[in-house]
Amino acid sequence: MSQDLHALTLTQIAAGLKAGDFSAHDLTEALLGRITAFAEPLNAFITITAEQALAAAKQADEARATGNAGPLNGLPLVHKDIFCTKGVLTTCGSHMLDNFVSPYDAAIVERFGQAGAVVLGKTNMDEFAMGSSNETSFFGPVRNPWNLDCSPGGSSGGSAAVVAARLAPAATGTDTGGSIRQPAALTGTVGLKPTYGRVSRYGMIAFASSLDQAGVITRSAADAALLLGVMAGFDDRDSTCIDHPVPDYVAGLSGSLKGLRVGIVRQHFDEGLDEQTGIAVKESLAVLESQGAILTEVDLPNLDLSVPTYYVVAPAECSSNLSRFDGVRFGHRANDPKNLFDLYCRSRGEGFGAEVKRRIMTGTYVLSAGYYDAYYLKAQQVRQLISDDFKKAFAKVDVIAGPTSPTPAFKLGDKTDDPITMYLNDIYTIGANLAGLPGISTPCGLVDGLPVGLHLVGPHWSEESVLRCAHQYQQQTDWHEACPEGYA
Amino acid sequence: MSLDKDQVQHIAMLARLKLADDEFDETVDKLSRIVDFVDQLSQAETEGVVPMAHPLNESQRLRADEVTESNQREALQENASSVENGLYLVPKVIE
Repeated sequence: MSQDLHALTLTQIAAGLKAGDFSAHDLTEALLGRITAFAEPLNAFITITAEQALAAAKQADEARATGNAGPLNGLPLVHKDIFCTKGVLTTCGSHMLDNFVSPYDAAIVERFGQAGAVVLGKTNMDEFAMGSSNETSFFGPVRNPWNLDCSPGGSSGGSAAVVAARLAPAATGTDTGGSIRQPAALTGTVGLKPTYGRVSRYGMIAFASSLDQAGVITRSAADAALLLGVMAGFDDRDSTCIDHPVPDYVAGLSGSLKGLRVGIVRQHFDEGLDEQTGIAVKESLAVLESQGAILTEVDLPNLDLSVPTYYVVAPAECSSNLSRFDGVRFGHRANDPKNLFDLYCRSRGEGFGAEVKRRIMTGTYVLSAGYYDAYYLKAQQVRQLISDDFKKAFAKVDVIAGPTSPTPAFKLGDKTDDPITMYLNDIYTIGANLAGLPGISTPCGLVDGLPVGLHLVGPHWSEESVLRCAHQYQQQTDWHEACPEGYA
Repeated sequence: MSLDKDQVQHIAMLARLKLADDEFDETVDKLSRIVDFVDQLSQAETEGVVPMAHPLNESQRLRADEVTESNQREALQENASSVENGLYLVPKVIE
């Protein structure tokens, strides 16, 4: 029994713990052993919190014995290293924060902890979540368990690799332009990005505040629903968190897809999409249709402008957010500064990696005198057009379906020379961030032995129907159960 | 190249970033490519479009101006490189 515990999904673990088939402590020990065994090839962790995990598991077992089990009692998960964890290193994948021990917990860390979850560690990520391949991490790239020469995607690449390799059944992530959904697609896992404002950003290190949203990577839509129910909800410590009722997402999974209007965007299947990926996605659309969904063509005329819009808005916000790293109060500080200006410039120059510096400088440029109207204001206008396109589409359909990423996982090093090639990876996912919409990626096929994702996006606050659509699709297919060789 | 070395030097100064000599040329090249790429926005027809300030077009929530945090100076300063008597130390600012 014990050697199979890692194969269980969160929902199965919850049932097993409840039935007393195994203890949270046994489960935690088994997973920690596996994390150590696969640490070297994958490089998916920045910190492993073994001691705290075992103590939390023991506490969970005691709580269960006394009838005080929380909704996630004893359930193991890992946090992306962008979430502040009290007393634990929180690096954000950067040299700037490689000595930062957070004095407080992020809102979702707190919520998951109170619900009884057991945190196994903190996962590797692109530096400050800026990247689509995990190659910008100060701690080195994460490797994809499906092929160690490939990237797991990014920026939540460590979280995705951990879940794909069955080192933990669930992981938190953040999604600013696709950073949960794209790595989920590239690793054969499920990635959920909620509506902007659905989940508190308190204690989540900010990259682009009008786009960032916390979510989860799991092995099933049901597991994502279970976690979203705990992490969603109002928090007055995040001024952008919205007070909106939290439905029972698990209960919302049941119900057929009969009559569900699914929008297909013609531009999603134009050039730029890998042919085999397109075929896999079209097959998944046929499955939805066979389940009673009605496929309708919709138009997103400004789709092509979403990536350039994003690369003005996100760097502008990043440039502003990352100005807090001044080498004074926390973070890397340069040696022997000549004066205050030198302290700032060298601390930041040494502490940030190349991609982060490029984004800060792009943002500084588009916000600087003489360029603001041409770039930033213009981008915010185009962003409104993109958002309006979605609004018009959602007047006709309940959900939009298409590919998550233009290709399966690419080789490490393949896209590092040209930033634009890397940026275009997120062409299908960025729109949901610009418009604040919920989206999910669910596995829908394998191309040359590498996973492909089906992307579902709904109107604001439609997590329930997006999750139901993914869950019902998973009842008809078993792509989400596919496991990379050597990790079963 | 849409940006020249002087412009990049100026942006780096505004952003308070010291670029090492060996990363400077690459930064000029890649930043230029990014600026060229986002320049396609200029072709978009946006006459009369109200710029979007919030993804759900909500307004910023306000709160009363009250002290809600307790004093945690010692805990917070544990992450600082240089403190003395509860103060952060920086190089001399006024000669």
